[in-house]
Order: sequence, then structure tokens, then C-alpha cells
Amino acid sequence: MSYIAKPSVSHPSVRKNKLGLTSRDYEGAVSTLCAGCGHDSVTAAIIQAVFDLDIEPHMLAKMSGIGCSSKTPAYFVQQSHGFNSVHGRMPSVTTGANTANRHLTYIGVSGDGDSLSIGVGQFVHAIRRNLNMCYIIENNGVYGLTKGQFSASADIGSKPKKGLPNQQEPIDPVSTALSLGATYIARSFSGDKAQLVPLIKGALLHKGFSLVDIISPCVTFNDHEGSTKSYAHTRQFYNHVVDVDYIAPFETITADYEQGSAMPVTMHDGSKIMLRKIEADYDPTSRAGAFKYLRERFNAGEIVTGLLYIDDERKEMHDLMGNVDTPFAELPMQSLRPPKGELKKILKTYR
Amino acid sequence: MKPTDTSNPDYFHKVVDCQWACPAHTDVPLYIRLIAQGRFGDAYIENRKSNVFPGILGRVCDRPCEPACRRGRVDEKPVAICRLKRVASDHREDITDRLPTGPAKGNGKKVALIGCGCASLTVANDLRPLGYEVTIFEALDTTGGLMRTNIPRFRLPPEVLDEEINYIIDMGVELKLNHRIESMKDLLDSGEFDAVFVGTGAPRGKNLEIPGRYDSERIHIGIDWLESVAFEHIEKIGKRVLIIGVGNTAMDCCRTSLRLGATDVKVMARKPRGFFKASHWELEDAEEENVDILVNHSPKEFVIEDGKLVGMTFELMEYVVDEDGRIDRGTVVDQTTIPCDDVILAIGQDNAFPWIERDIGIEFNQWDCPVVDETTMMCTREGVFFGGDSAFGPKNIIWAVAHGHEAAISIHKYCQGEDVATRMPMGINLLSQKMGMHEWSYSNYFDPAERRIMPHVELKERFKKLDIEVELGFTAEQTILEVERCLNCDIQTVFAANLCIECDACIDICPVNCLTITHNGDEADLRTRLSAPAENPEQGLYVSAELPHTARVMVKDEDICVHCGLCAERCPTGAWDMQKSQVLIPYAEDEAAEAQPEKTGVSAA
Repeated sequence: MSYIAKPSVSHPSVRKNKLGLTSRDYEGAVSTLCAGCGHDSVTAAIIQAVFDLDIEPHMLAKMSGIGCSSKTPAYFVQQSHGFNSVHGRMPSVTTGANTANRHLTYIGVSGDGDSLSIGVGQFVHAIRRNLNMCYIIENNGVYGLTKGQFSASADIGSKPKKGLPNQQEPIDPVSTALSLGATYIARSFSGDKAQLVPLIKGALLHKGFSLVDIISPCVTFNDHEGSTKSYAHTRQFYNHVVDVDYIAPFETITADYEQGSAMPVTMHDGSKIMLRKIEADYDPTSRAGAFKYLRERFNAGEIVTGLLYIDDERKEMHDLMGNVDTPFAELPMQSLRPPKGELKKILKTYR
Repeated sequence: MKPTDTSNPDYFHKVVDCQWACPAHTDVPLYIRLIAQGRFGDAYIENRKSNVFPGILGRVCDRPCEPACRRGRVDEKPVAICRLKRVASDHREDITDRLPTGPAKGNGKKVALIGCGCASLTVANDLRPLGYEVTIFEALDTTGGLMRTNIPRFRLPPEVLDEEINYIIDMGVELKLNHRIESMKDLLDSGEFDAVFVGTGAPRGKNLEIPGRYDSERIHIGIDWLESVAFEHIEKIGKRVLIIGVGNTAMDCCRTSLRLGATDVKVMARKPRGFFKASHWELEDAEEENVDILVNHSPKEFVIEDGKLVGMTFELMEYVVDEDGRIDRGTVVDQTTIPCDDVILAIGQDNAFPWIERDIGIEFNQWDCPVVDETTMMCTREGVFFGGDSAFGPKNIIWAVAHGHEAAISIHKYCQGEDVATRMPMGINLLSQKMGMHEWSYSNYFDPAERRIMPHVELKERFKKLDIEVELGFTAEQTILEVERCLNCDIQTVFAANLCIECDACIDICPVNCLTITHNGDEADLRTRLSAPAENPEQGLYVSAELPHTARVMVKDEDICVHCGLCAERCPTGAWDMQKSQVLIPYAEDEAAEAQPEKTGVSAA
């Protein structure tokens, strides 16, 4: 927590994006989280990604539930829309908002408690619907806001600051999302922005449900020896499998990619994400293969990171349901509330 | 890169740009904070320690600190350091009981100081408290040297000069006015003095040998003319005056002319703007008084009709400036004659030592300047020291003060039979400024306020008399804002690599992107790989030892850091800390205390 606001001064070389904004314009209030919290680095990565993608602040909706993670939307893109919902209910609120206006970019920031404990039912159904949103889990394995009890993502054998090691199976958001048919699944680490920022960009552009599970250490309650979600542990067992590079629309690919290791995916706005396979045999389009690989590496104690699965063909919620493109607020009243006669006609078809 | 050696006092000293740029190394951020706290007397004393004449320098210093000021790189304009110095001087309480005093008992050594300008006075200030019998020989009938004769009273009131000079004279310095030293040989041969210091300035104005130069009495040498005005031997000048040259003396000449009856004053510059020697603020002050500055006019001849100066002919020049900003010799494209009643030549000054015999062991170089050691200020004859303009040609007051301090150390060591070249090194002290969880002992908030503008006496009013001081000094409101513009560069960001967990918190919060954790490389490579490019090679990179988790390094580009302390505030492990650096600058009294630790009472005086 800081008593002074971040000074308004910036480096003279500060870059402007297409909207004429600097990354400073995408900042929010100064964080009130603990100093050194991984979440603040995730916030910085989101700011960078949204700035780089030239997203207009008023076309962004920040959604969250309850928890340390869910405080963080206050710390980025001050001039966007925001909804801080009931604990674990962010996916439903986002579903509603997205239904009413599919033109906004939705970024949900949740935690392992908000998504995998109290909100796990909401989380899994948002995936099933293939709701078009970027869903970020700031995953630290503990309930930081209530002083560090283990959450549902804590690994077996992970030691708390005080008390006994965890004995229950962890819920792995990546495997869960894979089993439920999420179409963009990534894992990263708050301490690795080089990997994280392009992953968030891809997630924001992907049409459909994109999950970015980010190991984001709790510096106060889960950064000690014996913790499996500490800075030191994450770095020690960190394994990049598929990294991505973001390539803006009309930008030519300048980097040299090794034959067979690179896989370009074109996004709906014409930009590309280039998947760079660090593990040559890994196929990020195979659900079965991903499952097998993830389980094996998990058993070996590794933390597998990168864009682990992508399916750019499955339809997102609106397309599955055949919804109208126009935001509800812009539809005329008679379309939103059809007359009684129309309702009767519809009901008749079900008799 | 190797980890930065912060035990070298120069490293953190260099971060304090103003102090590093100041020849006398005045601790600027410290005195600005003292002013902010309303401790004007303390601020004055802090200034006086290093620059001896805060009231004088707060008005007329050449301010090398201001172009160096970090604020000028962050914002458009630097902190008004010089004017804040004047605030300390103007508002100080009675500090006379805190000034150094003459000794209870002399040490039996006698030192002659020639010339009563800022260099000699600084030597006297440093040596008199140590017990030296100090005698100042001055050719004129008053003190101050060029500070009094060449700086007009509307910029530097005589009362300010007298007060600060008398602080020194009153320590028991013997002052011999109207006593020109005609022969260095005689002085040395008299055997009366253990050491001699020459602080006679650069008293000879450069001449312009072109046709007509000696055909009129209305052609004046700038510094001589200013001296005559100061002593009231000249009280008026013609309506139309041309000033030749565009240095600070030229600015004083043109503004003085306006106060002696001139109405049309033109400053004639040979080169274009950007190549002027005058400080830009002195140019601004002159232009505010409606002085015309004509560029690309190279003097050709004086036009004399019937024995009377009626004008001056100039060649109009064109120049080519190359990519590196160097200007060529120029080509003549035309010529013009400008009518005038008086011409003042302000094209530079030379040293002149007609009174130093060339066969007494004092070597002179090809420019007829004495050969002087830049550290010890001693010339080729042992026991004879030089300082100020007389040492290395015309500089300015603050350089003369710096020379004076160094010469005082040398004179002390020489008189005590110690090696003059073996001197105490500079040191540095670092002290954490942490007061609590999120509390620092300094005002770390970045105030976006713009530089305050010095209020001036109305144009109409100021020409009524020669001695109306133009600058009024900052108001209380202006002072409050201006002190907050200081970025506290002396509150250093100090990093302990072993504590870092690489959480990136400092990097994320830094408003000016000056921090990076990355793989090590050589400096040229690292400078391109940082959060923001480090394009100012004048400013150092602070490189840590390898970090424990990943063996990467923390790199800080010192260039744009605003010392807000947020890196340290957001650091969960205290790897970053904000620590005040205090540069320890040895003076003669420190050398004396070092040599005789049992007599430290002298230094405390």
C-alpha cells in the first residue's frame, strides 16, 4: 500500500499507441495489495496487453468477484466499464453483460478461491457456453484475504505458513477447462511478463472462452519454503512448452521460426498469434495429447506453461445460439419486447 | 557489466546532478529541503560551508547546477536552484554566532593573499580559523574585486557584498587596501610570508584592433567601463550604444547603458544564437529591457567623421553548422553601417601578470598564464598558489570559490610541511530515510508544478536609478512551490541483490520505467534492452550482483529517476531502500583535524 499516488511524470521516450494513448493512460488506482503481490505484476501485464492492442478504454469491461484477485480490476484501465460482483458469480454476470452487448471486450479477473472453490459451478458453465471472454485466474493456492488458508488449487504436500501440509487433490483449472471444451487455454507466471503479455493479448482477441491461469505468488501467506506456489518454487520447476508471439494486423513476420516449430493462428481482427513450440512433439490442438502431457509433467513436479490448447473453430456462445449482433441497448423496444400475439405464436410451437 | 561499485563516493555523488556539476559541490537538495522546512538559517550555513557567498551567488552565480538539474530532463525547466539560494540568504535569521571565527591563538604562519576577490576571500575563510595570519593586498580602495567592479549594482547590491565579505574580514584578516603588489619578487624576497596566494582575476579586457579604434574616446573596454561606472567616474553615455560581444559582460554593459541615459542599445553578435557565450537567463533579462541583439555582424571598422564617432561598419556573415553542431568560420555576404554614439567592447578578458617577474621560478605557458596544478593550485614555484580567474583564465565566482578551498588545503599542508599532493579523498555517507511502513523522511511526492518566474521591478521603475535591484526574490508562495520541484536526487535508491525475490513490484510501479531485471551483458548491449531505452550516456547504469533466483541482474538507469521511493515502498523484502547520500568534502579544517586528532576543537569552531 502506498500513501502517494504514482507520479504523473513519465519517461520522455514513452510510446503512444494508435489511439494516441500511453500505457500510463491505461493505469488505474494505486494497488492496495501487499507489496510484492504477484497480482500487481498481472495487472501490469494486462495494462501492457490492452495498450498494445489499442483497445479503447470505453470498449473494455472488467469483471470480477471477491478476493485479492478480484480487487485488481480497480488497478487498470480506469476509464473502462467494471463490475465487482458477488463471490464466485463473475461468470454469470459476464454472461449477462456479454449477452446484452457482444461488442465489448470482456476481461474477467478471478482467483483460485473465487473460481475453483465458491465459484467452481459458475466457472465450468461459462466454459461450456464458450462465452467470449478472457478469463484470468490469479492462482496463488491460498485465501489471501482471509489470512492464508489453503484454496482448492493447493498441491498435495504443499506446506502452509503454520499448521499441516495440504492432503486434498488440487483442482487444476487448465485440465478442468480442457475437459470442458474451452477453446484457448494458457498457463503462465506473474514473474514472466515476456511470456504472459502475448498470452493475454491472444486471449483478449480469441473468439470464445480463453483461460489464462497465472501462478501469482501470495507474498504474505504462500511464499515460503515448502510452498509449491512461491516465487522460488515456480521458477525452479517452470517449463515453457508453447510460447506465443503476437503479430499485429498488417505487420509482417520478421522473426525466424524453426521449421515445424511455429504455428500461426489468425485472429478475427486480422492479427496473428504465432505459437512457438519449445517442446517439439507437443501438439497444442490435440485435447487428448494435451491431457496426457499435462498429467505426465504434473506427476514429474513440473509447472507446464504457455498456450497449451487452442481450438479456433468451435463457435462461441452467440454464434451457437444465433443471437442478434446489435447490443440490446441499441435495439428498438418492439424487438426487445415482442407483443402478446408473438409470444402466443412461439408457445404454440412447443405444444 | 560488473556490479556497480557504490563504495566509490563518485557513484552516488554523480546521481546528484546539481551537486556534481557545482565546482564547489554545494549540497543543493539538502539546502532546498531545509528551505522547505523554513530553516533558512540552516540552509544558509549549509550553503556557506561549500560556496562561502550564498547571498552573492544566490543572485549572480553562473549556475552550472541548473543545466545539470534532473528536473530539466523530466520537465522542461530545472529547479530554480540559484534563486532558492537567495531565499535562504534573504530570509535567514541572525546566523553570525554560527560563523567560523578567528583563532584564540595564531599558529605562527603568515599567508599573503593578492587581490580581494572571491578566491582570496575563500582562502582567508578557510585558513583564518586554523590560526593563520592572513593578509590581503588589494590594489583598489575597496573589497570584492570583479564582483564589485564588474557586476552592476542592479544585479548585486553592495550591501550584500559587504555583509558576506565582512563575515570573513571580521575573523581577523589583515586587509591592505590601495596596496598594489608591483613585484612578486620583492614580496617573496621579503621573507615575510610562509605562502602566497594569487587571486587577481583576469583584469584585462580584450581589445579590438580595427581601423578607427584609437580615433575616438567614445570607444570603451567593457570591464574597465563597468569599473568606472561602479566607482561613479562615469555617469552617462550617449543615446545610441553598440555593445560588441555577447557574453555575460556584454549583458551587464547593455543593461548598465540603459541606466545611464542610452535609449537605443544594440548588442552586436558575430555568430548566430546558440553560439552566444552569455547565459540564457542573462540574455532574457537584457531582452526584457528591450535591448536588440543583432546576429551575424562581424566588426569591420569604426566610422569617424570630423574626429567624432558616428557609427560602426560590420560585415554580414553567413555560417554553416555541421551535424555535430560545429560552426564554420563563416563567409562575408554583405556589409552595413550602424550609427552610434558610443561603442563598448565586451569580447572577453585576459589574464595579466606584469607584476610577476619571469625569472623567479614561476613558469608561464604559451598563453602567458601561470602553469598551475589543477588539484593543488600550486604553481611551479613551491609555496605560491593561484586561484580564480588568475589560475586558468576567466571562469566564474563559483569556480573561484572551489579553487580557494583547494588552495587553502594546499597552503595548510605546505605550511605544515606535509606533501601538498597527498590529500584526503572525498567520502560518502548513506543513511536510510525509512520512517515507517510507507513513510519517508523526505517529501517524495512528485509535484508537477512548473518553474516559478522571478518577479522583477517594473521596467519604468528600474531605470530611474543605477542601483535598483531588478530581481525581487521569490515570494513565500513561489518558494513553497519551487522547493517541491526538487526531486531529492540525494535520496538514493540503494539495492541489495541478496534480498530480491524478483517479484517485479518495483518495475511495475516505477513511473518512469527506469528499472529492469534482465540477463547481464556489456553496457552498450544492456542500454538497449531496458524497460525504457537508456540513451543518456552521461548517466550511469546501476547494475546489481546476480539475483539469487535466476542469476539475472537488476539494472537501474539513473537518468530519469524521480526518486519518488515507490520502488522501495513496493518492495516486499526491503531489497530497495531510499538512503540519503552525504558527500563528504574535505576542507582545510578537515585536513587539520585529521593531522592532529587531539585538536579537533579547531575543526568544530
